[in-house]
Amino acid sequence: MNEAHAPLENEDAVVESLIEEVSIDGMCGVY
Amino acid sequence: MSKIDLDRAWDLHPQVSVRPEPFGALLYHFGTRKLSFLKDRTLLEVVNGLRDAPSARAACAAAGVTDPDLPRYNAALSALVQSSMVVERTAP
Amino acid sequence: MTVAPDRSPRLVDLFEYGLNSPICLTWELTYACNLACEHCLSSSGRRDPRELSTDECKAVIDELQAMQVFYVNIGGGEPTVRPDFWELLDYATSHSVGVKFSTNGVRITPEAARRLAANDYVDVQISLDGATPEVNDAVRGPGSYDTAIRAMQNLHDAGMKNFKLSVVCTRHNIPQMDEFKAIADRYGAQLRLTRLRPSGRGADVWDELHPLPAQQRELYDWLMANGDQVLTGDSFFHLSAYGQALPGLNLCGAGRVVCLIDPVGDVYACPFAIHDEFLAGNVRETGGFAGVWRESELFRDLREPQTGGACSSCSFYDTCKGGCMAAKFFTGIPLDGPDPECVQGHGETLLAQRPEDRANIPKPSADHSRRTTRKPRPVPVTLSTRRPERPPVSACEENPLAGLSLS
Repeated sequence: MNEAHAPLENEDAVVESLIEEVSIDGMCGVY
Repeated sequence: MSKIDLDRAWDLHPQVSVRPEPFGALLYHFGTRKLSFLKDRTLLEVVNGLRDAPSARAACAAAGVTDPDLPRYNAALSALVQSSMVVERTAP
Repeated sequence: MTVAPDRSPRLVDLFEYGLNSPICLTWELTYACNLACEHCLSSSGRRDPRELSTDECKAVIDELQAMQVFYVNIGGGEPTVRPDFWELLDYATSHSVGVKFSTNGVRITPEAARRLAANDYVDVQISLDGATPEVNDAVRGPGSYDTAIRAMQNLHDAGMKNFKLSVVCTRHNIPQMDEFKAIADRYGAQLRLTRLRPSGRGADVWDELHPLPAQQRELYDWLMANGDQVLTGDSFFHLSAYGQALPGLNLCGAGRVVCLIDPVGDVYACPFAIHDEFLAGNVRETGGFAGVWRESELFRDLREPQTGGACSSCSFYDTCKGGCMAAKFFTGIPLDGPDPECVQGHGETLLAQRPEDRANIPKPSADHSRRTTRKPRPVPVTLSTRRPERPPVSACEENPLAGLSLS
């Protein structure tokens, strides 16, 4: 199997260590 | 989440703006109004290198991603594709 | 096999020290408004004659573009009453600055709605604070409910997708959450629920209008159950102490991620903190907006790591971060104290200790309310007249009559 496509343990945490997504409405101080 | 094909050519979506930051970068998609925080400078380098690289794998290599780290960056790129930040390159 | 890192930095940690540019910001275009909402955070009503000119506004937009500020929330007062509103809207969206504007709907005619629907880079936000005219108009004034609904109908008919229906949550409308969702669905809008802050005229009515403790819980539960598509502007991060945090950065963005540009170019840490204490500078200064954002002493202070003060021993401090700075300031609570609506009840204790006449509550130096509409605060002493508004006079001014207003 292509090593790059191997499943990751705790993939969500892995992705989250690199990227986090937020809506542009997710900042406090904008009414 | 399904992984992208690293051997295909990719690019940033045309409506995405990249803003470098000390911690990595902010990516904003003007169409979806979504914001992605890239918390890793290597990932930023990969993403910036997609346009000129023959494949995502090549972009990763150019950014210094080692083989053991490739699955991690694949997962990250897949997340960016999922949110339309990164798209397949159609032009040759 | 790749090993996940033990501890990746949370977003909250990344922002503690601030950013080179805000991510988004609020820009109040005018203090003029056709309404006189009881809780107006900017005490709007009368236009300030020192308003930024069209050219000055375009210069600000040019700066925002250069700084790569992705998104700006244009508000007021009522921004659409500015004659150059449409010109500025188009200027921003054609210069890589996405716009959301907040309106009571007064100028959203069918034609305006069509124009808006055609611009992919504009988001529209209609304000409504009651799902029924009775509840809404009690706060926003007679006819305001109808104005908002008409605007929503026009936007819907023009094919505008996903405009926002934005609600300030109060004691009287928290029981109406399901109805608000139904209204939003009816017009193809996205519901947005936000927190009432004791800012501007809000200070006068906060005691009667802010949600009761049980209602905060009700709101949190409703958001957990139904809030998948509901926006909150990250205004309820203090509720994360109930359990799971709501979506968003979950931190006070004032001076670090967001700020306010007011109609006369003053830059404040946040639109809920319009007070000299949180004034960072003015865009008319030599360095412009970028200079203020990057160099102001106030913002530098806000970007220092927060220590938590009285809250640091609380097990929820990590997510609630001591709550809203503006809410504390305008209820007279020290900034290192608990949020007035702390879900553990620590705020209530402090609030109960306040003097009856609320003498310790800071008041902003400017008030753009129309003179007949400011609700008098009940006090046991005779009030003197409010200091007449006058433009700021330079300390170097030689004319002894400078700033004297005879009207």
